Amino acid sequence: MTGIMNRRKFLKNAILFIPAAGLFRRSLRDAHAKPGNGKYDPKQHLYGMGIDVDKCIGCGLCIEACKTENNVPKEPFFCRTWVERYVIKKDGNVTVESIEAQKGKPRGRAEDTDVVRSFFVPKLCNQCENPPCVQVCPVGATFRTEDGVVLVDSKRCIGCRYCIQACPYGARYLHPETRTADKCTFCYHRIVKGLLPACVEVCPTQARVFGDLKSMASRLVRFTRINKLHVLKPHLNTEPKVYYADLDGEVR
Amino acid sequence: MNRELVHRLSEMLQEVTGFIYPNEVEIHWSILIVVYPYLTGLVAGAFILASLVQVFNIKEVQPTYRLALLTALAFLLIAPLPLQFHLGHPERSYEIFLTPQLGSAMAMFGFVYLWYLMAVLLLEIWFEYRRDLIVWAKEAKPVMRWIYRALSLFSSDVSERAVKFDKKAIKVITVIGIPSAFILHGYVGFIFGSVKANPWWSSVLIPIVFLMSAIVSGIALVIFLYMVITPLRRERTDMKCLDRITSYLFYAVIVDFTLEALDFIHRLYESEESIKILSRLVTDKLFVSLWVIQILLGMIVPLAIMVAVKSLKFDEDLRKLLYFTSVILIQLGIFATRWNVVIGGQLFSKSFRGLTTYKMEVAGIEGLLTALILLILPFIVLTILLKLLPAWEISGVGEGTAS
Repeated sequence: MTGIMNRRKFLKNAILFIPAAGLFRRSLRDAHAKPGNGKYDPKQHLYGMGIDVDKCIGCGLCIEACKTENNVPKEPFFCRTWVERYVIKKDGNVTVESIEAQKGKPRGRAEDTDVVRSFFVPKLCNQCENPPCVQVCPVGATFRTEDGVVLVDSKRCIGCRYCIQACPYGARYLHPETRTADKCTFCYHRIVKGLLPACVEVCPTQARVFGDLKSMASRLVRFTRINKLHVLKPHLNTEPKVYYADLDGEVR
Repeated sequence: MNRELVHRLSEMLQEVTGFIYPNEVEIHWSILIVVYPYLTGLVAGAFILASLVQVFNIKEVQPTYRLALLTALAFLLIAPLPLQFHLGHPERSYEIFLTPQLGSAMAMFGFVYLWYLMAVLLLEIWFEYRRDLIVWAKEAKPVMRWIYRALSLFSSDVSERAVKFDKKAIKVITVIGIPSAFILHGYVGFIFGSVKANPWWSSVLIPIVFLMSAIVSGIALVIFLYMVITPLRRERTDMKCLDRITSYLFYAVIVDFTLEALDFIHRLYESEESIKILSRLVTDKLFVSLWVIQILLGMIVPLAIMVAVKSLKFDEDLRKLLYFTSVILIQLGIFATRWNVVIGGQLFSKSFRGLTTYKMEVAGIEGLLTALILLILPFIVLTILLKLLPAWEISGVGEGTAS
């Protein structure tokens, strides 16, 4: 009897819990924006991204979502984000490929016994605190917003491509239609509305963690607390805001 | 257009060895950006040769003084064109003058260029030709008379005092002009040398190497022009002048060679993270343009020729032939230097894991033909300038003010 009551009680609680959790979750949501109140104050935010290397399965959904969301040409020579696949063999030989460029080709699988480590690394603009691309832009078309995102004003960019040369991460390309420099914006149009970047939204394994570094409730802040972090090419002093957890030393 | 680009990039993708970032398949700075530093280098070099006459009072070089000035002007007028054609939005290029981002090395272009053109070259040329323009205006037919009067800015004072002032002004301008010429080309080197993302470019030596190679190419160009124009004018080549300038050229090549060797040894000795990929770059992709053209044909052979000329007693004609060969080889070598910096710096991935290839367009706006036209244009401008402002005296007027 008590068993049945408990079951009933449990079901009742569960039914009540779901909407309650929804409400609760809403209040716990990343405070990176306040949707609805209309006024967005960039000074209150500082955006970054965490990449959990071990969670990435190389499905490439992020690349597709990014291209669709941001009108990036479909060809594999123009990328706001891409995913690299590393295969490190016993003899120290490292093979790297961009999974997008390899699409449709038979993927050479290494013999399992040969492989020491293999993993995927998502790449995107590092939204540097000290961005070389902003420094070199002759007309100030590339700039850093107060909330820490590096953007390109395509109405001002003259297409000299100096920023593309200056980026150590290969994160920029010249958009063949606009003839201006283009790069990841963290989906700025989405994040100021409180939404997630498209790549983060679609990632099935939550390998990408987006958030506001100024908000203690942010998933990103939690991510930075519980992981050992690394950034790409730290010796160049660009101070990236894309943080990699469990990054392999072979990744550049 | 878009399709053609994608087709070209797909072709280039086949040439990639190892791994490069996806956005690196496209080579962003094309042959036009090779032409640009080549042209500004010639400007700076020619001007510095002209300055030798003024500042160091080297009389033997006098016959090339005006030629060097006009050469500098002709090349300076064309120098911005390759940049302009290269831009994704050429119609917005004025922004670089109106709203420059002062932290950018490239934004300085507007200031450096205008300063050099207006405050140095045009001013010096005007003072140099002012007296002659007034004299020519008196002798010329109506149309030309007005052109000369306009060019002299309607000045009419040919008194000794005025001419003396001209000379003084030229001296002052030259003294300002030498550092300006250094800045003009040094800053072009800085545009590359300050890119920390690119280990092939990032070096404090790059601006200095650019400068020395600029001096080499500028002197070689003026020698070339002098040797071509003098027979066309049915005049005798002034061998004293020629020997003297080639001797300067010789020293300039030695300094240039030393600096480049230093840069090379320094990189090799420091052997940083990028050394492996850079070694593959210079032994594979740049083998011909670096080792064969830039170093062997562009430096070692001309140096050997000039050493031979200095140590053996050749007759005039043979000397001329050897000088002529040297200056052409040097020109080729300096063009290869620019190529190796600009194109070479884009052939390896910033992941240091792979190399790519540059496939030059032929007919496109950033292609070979445009580059050739831009290399020929300064000579056409120079021809017009020389017609308008003869570098050597025409009948009856007497020598230029600088003599």
